[in-house]
Amino acid sequence: MAKLLESLADAFHSRAPDGGVRVRQWREAALAQALRVGFPHNKLERWKYAPLRAMAAKSFAPETCASGIDETALPPVPRVVFVNGRFHQALSSLEGLTGARMTRLAVAINGDDERAGVVMGRVFDDAEAPFAPLNTALAEDGVLLEIVAGDAERPPLHLVFIGSDDAAGSHALRHKIECREGARLTVIEHHHGGGAALDNQFWHVHLKPGSRLVHVRLQSLDPRHIQFSRTDAAIAGDAQYVRLDIDTGGHYVRHELNLSLQGKHASARSGGVLWAEGTCTLDTRLVSRHQAPDTASTLLWRGLADGRSLANFYGGIRIDAGADGSDAALSNKNLLLSAQARINTQPALEIHADEVKAAHGATVGQLDAGALFYLRSRGVPEAEAMALLTRAFYAEALAVLDDDDLLAVLTPHLPPRLQPEGALS
Amino acid sequence: MLEITDLHATVGGKEILKGFNLTLAPGQVHAIMGPNGAGKSTLGYVLTGREGYEITRGKVLFNGQDISALEPEQRAALGIFLAFQYPVEIPGVNNTYFLRTALNAQRKARGEPELDSMAFLKKVREKLSVLHLKDELLHRAVNAGFSGGEKKRNEIFQLALLEPKLAILDETDSGLDIDALKAVAEGVNAMRSPERAFLVITHYQRLLDYIKPDVVHVMSEGRIVTSGGPELALRLERDGYAAIAAGAA
Repeated sequence: MAKLLESLADAFHSRAPDGGVRVRQWREAALAQALRVGFPHNKLERWKYAPLRAMAAKSFAPETCASGIDETALPPVPRVVFVNGRFHQALSSLEGLTGARMTRLAVAINGDDERAGVVMGRVFDDAEAPFAPLNTALAEDGVLLEIVAGDAERPPLHLVFIGSDDAAGSHALRHKIECREGARLTVIEHHHGGGAALDNQFWHVHLKPGSRLVHVRLQSLDPRHIQFSRTDAAIAGDAQYVRLDIDTGGHYVRHELNLSLQGKHASARSGGVLWAEGTCTLDTRLVSRHQAPDTASTLLWRGLADGRSLANFYGGIRIDAGADGSDAALSNKNLLLSAQARINTQPALEIHADEVKAAHGATVGQLDAGALFYLRSRGVPEAEAMALLTRAFYAEALAVLDDDDLLAVLTPHLPPRLQPEGALS
Repeated sequence: MLEITDLHATVGGKEILKGFNLTLAPGQVHAIMGPNGAGKSTLGYVLTGREGYEITRGKVLFNGQDISALEPEQRAALGIFLAFQYPVEIPGVNNTYFLRTALNAQRKARGEPELDSMAFLKKVREKLSVLHLKDELLHRAVNAGFSGGEKKRNEIFQLALLEPKLAILDETDSGLDIDALKAVAEGVNAMRSPERAFLVITHYQRLLDYIKPDVVHVMSEGRIVTSGGPELALRLERDGYAAIAAGAA
């Protein structure tokens, strides 16, 4: 068995059991499934380009790191802060977030709250193993949030996952965000630091009819960190999911985003920037599934790879039988910034309905030498000209938010290489 | 100002300039005419330092300084400007931001203070009115979706804003209708001054009706084959390049 799986199984067995009988059964069944399926290998299409062998040989004990973090850099409240996978009460506050009901997974599990069952009782296919069931086996905490009130204006909610430099263990978190009928919310996930640790995060997103969620994920983890992150979003009729992912850090970051458009006129507009540097691997897998008529989804991702990094992108659109009138657009453009970097991109379309619109395009290229010379011939130094062209390249993905106020909120939290300077048109 | 001696240059290993000589003094306008493939555009790129355009022999002095090893941005800061035959579209980069970055980068390289946005906009407005340009162009991305005429006018606008010492115009007349041609020529003429020199590369005599050159050179196979006054351009128009080149040989 892969050392990594073995160490996670040990972590499970070394832990005091939590919750009631049901939770324990779910956890044990999930672990058994993960171990039966085993660690993935590159022959599996969905793991084709992941650096699995090196990862399989690592081992992680449960996180015990108790170091502090730089509290001055935290975003404003309302915010919920986890440090090295542990909830940080003193730094968290929901002040200003009206109409919200929140509990934590740990509290729900130990109180035998039905809200724990909704997420922990989820059964996975073997194809989703081992990491999804491992999350069920190992997740001790997370945010269970419900927005109950109507369309009141709320400040963005920051969900901060920050790790210290000397972290080296593993942790798993399981979350759920639900927007009830007509409710609106903006959440921003921040993933920073985290040392040489491993974390596994699973997000359930439920959008009830007519609701709207803007969900941003900013990932600038430590270059030694490994993260498995998955979001499953179920979008009901007339609900809108707006999603932006900025991935710039980590040693290996697997990000799976599954959009499921379940009701008429459900829509998802998503964009992302994958910017790999050093020896980092960013491995993103998106699937948008249209299950109802007149649904719309946009997947607009821009990839950049520098140094000896690797950026993988898979974008799948599936339009089910009966989902007539669906409109799907997938665009993935990539920029190789160094000769040693690699990029793999794979768009996949599967259409079982009539009268649909589905567009897709994927490219891999380099900065346009003609444009670079043009800028330099006007006096712009080479590095600045490259930065200008690079920014222009990924700006399209940020534009999916279509919200300058929100971009202004995000800007201080973006890594320096993504700081806009008024250059975008 | 510009002194080119026995210049040989290759593009992709192929020799295009083969012993090119030219001396251009401040205040002068020289026209370079010649058939396709004579090496006219190559000359523009070699002078501005485009990658892949290698000088293999000879010398290029700009105000006495050998510029052959300088980067494109260093040459720009010295005051060399190329108006492109095909201005590049750069979607996503705002034209105003680009121009301000370029101008301030040049000023910084020359040790001059950078312009703040107020001073910059004042300068922009001043130049726009000289060229009769719509300020709408400024809010768009660099050349993106511009018509052929708009692109060429944007080149001349940049020329006006950056105020170089030497302006090389590479077939600025190509693709322009007569009104646009006049407007562009007017912009160039407004920039003529005793301190500034122009190298006007063109196929046709027509542009020279509007921008009066001091000297006309005929280029063929990588070098100048004959030079003369403005009347040479008229002879070219009448007799063709082949006759003039043959007569010079």
